[in-house]
Amino acid sequence: MGTGELGRVYQEGEVIIRQGKTGDCMYEIQDGKVEVIQEISGKEVRLAVLGKGDFFGEMAIFEHDVRSATVRALGEVRALTIDKRTFLRRITEDPSLAFRIVERMSHRIREMNRELARLKT
Amino acid sequence: MQIHKTRKFDSKKHGLHIKLKTSGLNLENNSRVGVIGSGPAGSFFSYFLLDLAKRVGINIQLDIFESRDFSAPAPAGCNMCGGIISESLVQTLATEGINLPPSVVQRGIESYTLHMDVGRVVIDTPLHEKRIGAVYRGAGPRGIKEKKWGSFDGYLQDLAMEKGAHLIQARIKDIGWDDKWPQIKTSTGLEKEYDLLVVAAGVNSPTIKLFQNTDYIPPDTTKTFICEYYLGEEGVENCLGSSMHAFLLKIPRLEFAAFIPKGDYATVCMLGKKINKELVQSFLENPEVKSCVPPDWNMNHKACQCYPQINIKGSKKAFSDRIVFIGDCGVSRLYKDGIGGAYCTAKAAATTAIFEGISAHDFKKHFWPACKRIEKDNRIGKIIFFAVGLVQKVRFARRAVFRMVIMEQKNKSGRKRMSMSLWDLLTGSAPYQEVFWRMFHPFFFIRFFWNIAVAVFPFKRKRFQKRTYGYR
Repeated sequence: MGTGELGRVYQEGEVIIRQGKTGDCMYEIQDGKVEVIQEISGKEVRLAVLGKGDFFGEMAIFEHDVRSATVRALGEVRALTIDKRTFLRRITEDPSLAFRIVERMSHRIREMNRELARLKT
Repeated sequence: MQIHKTRKFDSKKHGLHIKLKTSGLNLENNSRVGVIGSGPAGSFFSYFLLDLAKRVGINIQLDIFESRDFSAPAPAGCNMCGGIISESLVQTLATEGINLPPSVVQRGIESYTLHMDVGRVVIDTPLHEKRIGAVYRGAGPRGIKEKKWGSFDGYLQDLAMEKGAHLIQARIKDIGWDDKWPQIKTSTGLEKEYDLLVVAAGVNSPTIKLFQNTDYIPPDTTKTFICEYYLGEEGVENCLGSSMHAFLLKIPRLEFAAFIPKGDYATVCMLGKKINKELVQSFLENPEVKSCVPPDWNMNHKACQCYPQINIKGSKKAFSDRIVFIGDCGVSRLYKDGIGGAYCTAKAAATTAIFEGISAHDFKKHFWPACKRIEKDNRIGKIIFFAVGLVQKVRFARRAVFRMVIMEQKNKSGRKRMSMSLWDLLTGSAPYQEVFWRMFHPFFFIRFFWNIAVAVFPFKRKRFQKRTYGYR
């Protein structure tokens, strides 16, 4: 890891968050790629591949529920952890901090709708 | 008395319908905004104002006035600061989509080493992750041998310009009022009138004196000391590593001092009362300080040094109709996380200007509470620093703090109340209020007094000494 690189490095195949586990933080990818996997009846289904500038694990911040998917490093990945407490405190002081997250989540819903429509037709 | 009226935006002009209850002064399509200063406060404001304006569908013409060239080393490009981006600010900026690149961050800090005359102890980041950034505000110190990293202020300025800000590289000569609109006159002869003037000139700039005859009340300040030592990349790695070295030493008038590892240099920062050459010398000659620099180190071989002022009590009035003061020349965080304070006030001013209005009433109602929140927290910070000052003076109290941190660091599973309090206090990662309540937790008190008792009794101390390196 370079001296000026922030966050933590995860190696190829390393699980960053695991489906079914509780979590109290989200992650911002600084460098590299991760895959988002859901385990259904013992089988792994890849839901998405995320890259630099994307975030994941945000559901744990807004919901009191376990992680909905596993996120695994695709090659070497550097990610920064964002604490639930820090994030919620800042968002209470400045709600506009949530704009980018709402925007990205809205984009994901749009993509899911498109995928759902494709599967139904 | 303020008269409120309801304005309706023209959908053709603004692209959407919004009903706003305003005081009459608003930013509209093609409004002009002038920002004095392109340090973190000025650039954050410009970035967020233009971002929010785009979201609500209005076009703003924004000029940034900055006389410094951030690509130049030494004072020509430096805003004189220790250059630490706190853990909470790194996370907040990442949430905003601003990920600090390794070309700007000279070193990611992963721990704090607390030096006291009774020993030293390393406090690791809560998740063993590099979440604090050490940066240079400018391009580096005087006589820099090789420019390997970019300026932090330059990076933020570029982000603001990517959003559409226009940079005017000139010194401000005068501020005037044309009817009701603020006007800027530069040393190059340029005269421009603005709908909103944002002052982010810091407390060390002569520009702030141009507001002497207005109702702006400048903040109270104190002098600090910052200097740079060339150690080379290997020297920094071997002596300091990726740890910030904080010193709580019993030196009269010294409140706090730190060695911050950067790329090829180490930055020394000192806070205290009436800082002068004698105080600097007595600190640099302290054995604990000498233990973390190379043996052949010469304290007189400074690459660059300055005695900048910092804000210790915010401005009592930092806004008026069409004008707002942000960052250090308004309200800032006490001693720590000045860049975090700049972010908070800049963001509050930008959201107020876009969503509420630009009158004194709007700033008082929507911008000023964010500043007052920082000021309230600073008052709690003063109480904590007073308590830390007492610990600095009493040897057995220093031993108790040291002992408690050592025990917490050894115990991986237990709650690290003292370590976390010191971590947040030294890094500025959490509000002082949070640190205060953590310190007033009954378990914290019980453990602290137990450790004081142990530190006072020689028998117990000897047993601990045998097991712990560095305990004196």
